[in-house]
Amino acid sequence: MNVRESARFAVRGVLANKLRSLLTMSGIIIGVSAVIILVAAGTGASATVQKSISSLGSNTITITPVSTGAGGRTGSRGGGGGGFGGGGFGGGARVGTAGGPGGAAPGTGTVDNGTRIRTPQLTLDDAEALVDPTLAPDVVSVAPVVSASSVTATDNGASHAVATFTGTSPSYLVNDNDTVATGAAFTDTDYTSRNRVALLGTTVATALVGGDGSAVVGQTVQFNGVAFQVLGLLGAKGSSGPQDQDDRVVAPLTSVQDTLTGYGDVSSISVKATSAGTVDAAQAEVTTILADRHHVTAADPDFSIFNPSSILAAVTATTSTFTLLLGAVAAISLVVGGIGVMNIMLVTVTERTREIGIRKAIGAQRADIVGQFLLEAVLLSMCGGLVGVVIGVAVGQLSVGGFQLIVAPYSVVLAFGVSVAIGLFFGAFPANRAASLRPIDALRYE
Amino acid sequence: MNRGPRPVIALQSVSKIYGAGDTAVRAVDGVDLVVERGDYVAVMGASGSGKSTLMNIIGCLDLPSRGRYLLDGVDIRRLDEKRQALIRNRKIGFVFQSFNLIPRTSALSNVELPMAYAGVRPAERRQRALAALELVGLGTRAGHRPSQLSGGQQQRVAIARALVTNPVLLLADEPTGALDSSSTVGVLELFDDLNSAGRTLVVITHEEEVAERAKRVVRMRDGRVRSDLRVTGPLGPPPRRLAGAATTS
Repeated sequence: MNVRESARFAVRGVLANKLRSLLTMSGIIIGVSAVIILVAAGTGASATVQKSISSLGSNTITITPVSTGAGGRTGSRGGGGGGFGGGGFGGGARVGTAGGPGGAAPGTGTVDNGTRIRTPQLTLDDAEALVDPTLAPDVVSVAPVVSASSVTATDNGASHAVATFTGTSPSYLVNDNDTVATGAAFTDTDYTSRNRVALLGTTVATALVGGDGSAVVGQTVQFNGVAFQVLGLLGAKGSSGPQDQDDRVVAPLTSVQDTLTGYGDVSSISVKATSAGTVDAAQAEVTTILADRHHVTAADPDFSIFNPSSILAAVTATTSTFTLLLGAVAAISLVVGGIGVMNIMLVTVTERTREIGIRKAIGAQRADIVGQFLLEAVLLSMCGGLVGVVIGVAVGQLSVGGFQLIVAPYSVVLAFGVSVAIGLFFGAFPANRAASLRPIDALRYE
Repeated sequence: MNRGPRPVIALQSVSKIYGAGDTAVRAVDGVDLVVERGDYVAVMGASGSGKSTLMNIIGCLDLPSRGRYLLDGVDIRRLDEKRQALIRNRKIGFVFQSFNLIPRTSALSNVELPMAYAGVRPAERRQRALAALELVGLGTRAGHRPSQLSGGQQQRVAIARALVTNPVLLLADEPTGALDSSSTVGVLELFDDLNSAGRTLVVITHEEEVAERAKRVVRMRDGRVRSDLRVTGPLGPPPRRLAGAATTS
């Protein structure tokens, strides 16, 4: 007898008891759809987190000074920040450490004996040193950043306390993934000419002139009493947690130093890598250059580098573990569904013992009986799997709790494949039991 | 008439023993039986006489503990499980007391089933199944399910199923045990027809009414053959037809 014949008997067997078949399938349906939906939830959550991290500028790393770490070992910079920042000395140090990167640090370390506390600084010269096609080929643009604190903007009687007031170079806008929604960005000319111009975030602009804030473009706004001309509005970035990312002002670093902060260190340096793939290389290059300039080791720097791509990698690893966990929980329900199939198939075999006896008496081979019952089990689990896939993919189109579910194709293939395999696995035992019945016993069974 | 040189059934001191040692039960104890082609044999006996065990052995549903059994010249004990299934499919047609049709399956599909296992093509299968149903007088009920048929009709479907592979032996186990008297007569008439057409029949029964129609009556007790009465020869029509023919002529 061929497979088609067995399949016909199997279909008849499934259809003979529709309610029971449906209930048996429900276990598989729930299992398969749970796998697809939960993996979709994990994938969707992961994509959402990745997207919000990418909005920070995935090619961009930010260098900030840090005072923690083993103080004193490299504390020779105290009081001499300006001098070390000079181009000539910086170049000399670079040559010196080319032979032995750690050479200078231990030398000063033994002298200082750990008594001094280092005072980390980042200077404009540091920022300029990072623009170096030879030593830092993966760096495409560098922007020094100063932050002015407690800045209040006033315009025709309206006033607003600006959360973040940033003085920087024009390349910052590129590094920070910023757009100019209205008006124009300030230029290198504005930077070198120390023009008092500014770009406003939408929150600031709205607070000053109301509406969508675009009326402020072209006007002059007072920041702590200093007049800046508003060149344009920055594109809205939305809020990240409690922090409003649009409550900010960006102006040329030169004019901000002239008026608000004075000519001290920079708060941070923003560095953009040539591509997402070279971020880690750029980070290494920046670390080497700055460690040389600051006479520290790369292992114990006096600055820290914030690299969104490494955070992205960590978050991605976390979310994929999370997804795996969800999938595993769902897989358990799939296995439970499989046991349900086996249970029903065993009941079916017992119930149809006489039928098996009749079939054997009129000449059914062992393989015919195995085929019939195995196909019946596979048919049950396969139909359940198909319905589960339909439900899972349908639910996967929804958006739940603020993020969009994303159905992962591999989860659909996997869940359906496993459901069929479960039918084969859990159907094999009942089918073999049916086939090994002796016809004489099977016929006598009541 | 299709008469081969070999007997259909040749049992040579066949025994079936259940259990072992002191508790051993000899359900069939050294039976010798030869059934010729075209014969109509009734095996009679009270319950526990071993006639059902004998029927299981003859039908290849069970193997004898001792002795030889040749079915159509083939030694059954030498066959593996697969070959035994093949023998049941090709050489024997079973008719059971409780009909044993597959439930929720049409009469036609039930009759087609042995041919499905034999690998006959669907079109030919259908044609032969319809012909067999026609033969038992149920040509118009092919689409009915067993639950929609009377007991007598169900037994006719079972007989059609037994005949459809054209087996050398029709083996019936209490074929009228679950039927009312009119259905019983109908089925027995059908058996007479089949035997008249040359079909070899072995009927296990405890009803004298059934045994009266056989050409040969074998009575069993305690696993042994007690008497073996030949009414008419294995060839020619069964006794009732012979008597009928005598009265009409």
